[in-house]
Amino acid sequence: MSDLSVVGLRKAFGNHVVLSGFDLSVAHGECVVLIGASGSGKSTVLRCVNLLETVDDGVIRLGGDDVTDPRADPDAVRARMGIVFQSYNLFPHLRVLDNITLAPVRVHGVARAAAERAAREMLDRVGLADKASARPDELSGGQQQRVAIARALVNSPELMLLDEVTSALDPELVGEVLELLVDLKRDGMTMLLATHEMAFAKQVADRVCFLHGGRVHEEGPPSELLVAPREDRTRQFLSRFVSL
Amino acid sequence: MSTNDTGMPSRPWSPSAVELDRRAFRRARTTRSVVTATLSSIVVFLVLSVVITRSPGWPRVKETYFSWDKAVSSFPAVLEGFWLNVRIMVICGAIIGAFGLALAIMRTLRGPVFFPVRAFATAFTDTFRGLPLILVILLLGFGVPALNIEGVTNDVLLLGCTGLVLSYSAYVGEVIRAGIESIHPSQRAAARSLGLTHVQTLRFVVIPQALRRVMPALLNDLVSLQKDSGLISILGVVDAVQAAHIEEAADFNYTPYVVAGVLFLSLTVPMTRFTDWVARRQGGPGVGGAV
Repeated sequence: MSDLSVVGLRKAFGNHVVLSGFDLSVAHGECVVLIGASGSGKSTVLRCVNLLETVDDGVIRLGGDDVTDPRADPDAVRARMGIVFQSYNLFPHLRVLDNITLAPVRVHGVARAAAERAAREMLDRVGLADKASARPDELSGGQQQRVAIARALVNSPELMLLDEVTSALDPELVGEVLELLVDLKRDGMTMLLATHEMAFAKQVADRVCFLHGGRVHEEGPPSELLVAPREDRTRQFLSRFVSL
Repeated sequence: MSTNDTGMPSRPWSPSAVELDRRAFRRARTTRSVVTATLSSIVVFLVLSVVITRSPGWPRVKETYFSWDKAVSSFPAVLEGFWLNVRIMVICGAIIGAFGLALAIMRTLRGPVFFPVRAFATAFTDTFRGLPLILVILLLGFGVPALNIEGVTNDVLLLGCTGLVLSYSAYVGEVIRAGIESIHPSQRAAARSLGLTHVQTLRFVVIPQALRRVMPALLNDLVSLQKDSGLISILGVVDAVQAAHIEEAADFNYTPYVVAGVLFLSLTVPMTRFTDWVARRQGGPGVGGAV
């Protein structure tokens, strides 16, 4: 069963076509990693799936429902997924706990006490139980990103979208965020993520997709695609990551 | 050795000779600055008071503007008028805040459906921000009663306040709109991605941050409103300015105007200091570093 399916997606910004005839499917509990040069459309795919961008053409289905249908309620669609951004985007005027409880209370109609209990459990899970009352700007980048992940997870999303969540972090902080994502993968969360961390991709991905020319240029299990790519362009891209 | 959160060892420290020398220099420099500033202020003040009090017209000015007896006798009437100014500021201030916020939200709505709303808000802002406040008050205060519409008030106090509300709402709306538009789009994206609706995003994410950001500017407008509430005296409303005018008319002694001025200052100066304090507190520690 395919949890997410993207068929014939097209998205252009002005004259600049980013995605064209883009196809992708993510099965339930699968972790798919998008790699590719900057500007290859990784973030745009995630933003389109989350309906933060209006697609120019193509169909995106989540659990069988066409979410690109303008008759679908975009707020209800977004409430079914969680997205984590490169720049965390925590709400600076709210405490960590209130950042996490905002959506459960306002969108999902959870009682505040229950929402706070769930939020504390989630904070405990991401290792930040003692930061519930802190303001986002009192936290390090890695801690902020873990709060952002907790904020998305607390709504029990069907699908997690992760957009270069470690790009703004130094190597030591990257570790704490990636560890959390590995846990998440083990728990069977369906994930679609864009990353430049090839070692991490190798570790969590069921499938790696290399984006080039507005579509998936090559895809395969990490053990094949990252180690012995078939396409020249993929090889060229991966050759810059010396650690592999 | 104990360590704190950041992993820094906390070992005993006493300032080095270089640091002690720097501190001594800074102390000396501070002392010199304070002495210079104090002396120059005293000199300027002395020169000014000598020049003014030795001027040929001073006895007359002193009698006409700074008569203690007149000040005491006119004070109760002017104070009663001033109490009206205070009430106007508080009530109009609250209404202006609500109207301004509504205008700002109307102007930030996107999509063709909202074109009429946007157009109305824009036209409203352009009109009332463009007209001199005194003109709005005059037109409303004298124009509306002349229309003789049944059910519409002829109370010049209400009409004057309406003028203040219309004019200030336009300004305050623009200040709040600037605040709303200064919130980074990624904040909206984060809120919408959690499933919050457009209205919820405004209510819980954008507006709280926007208001915090423009609070010093809003308080500045409140101080300004407090002063401008004196303008409705042109309609004959007995506020501090009009009360002073009545007192003055008895003997052509202008001291009541000075009394009214001092009363306004007694409120606007603390409000201004409060505004500064709010603005400074927002900067937060360490924002500017050593500069």
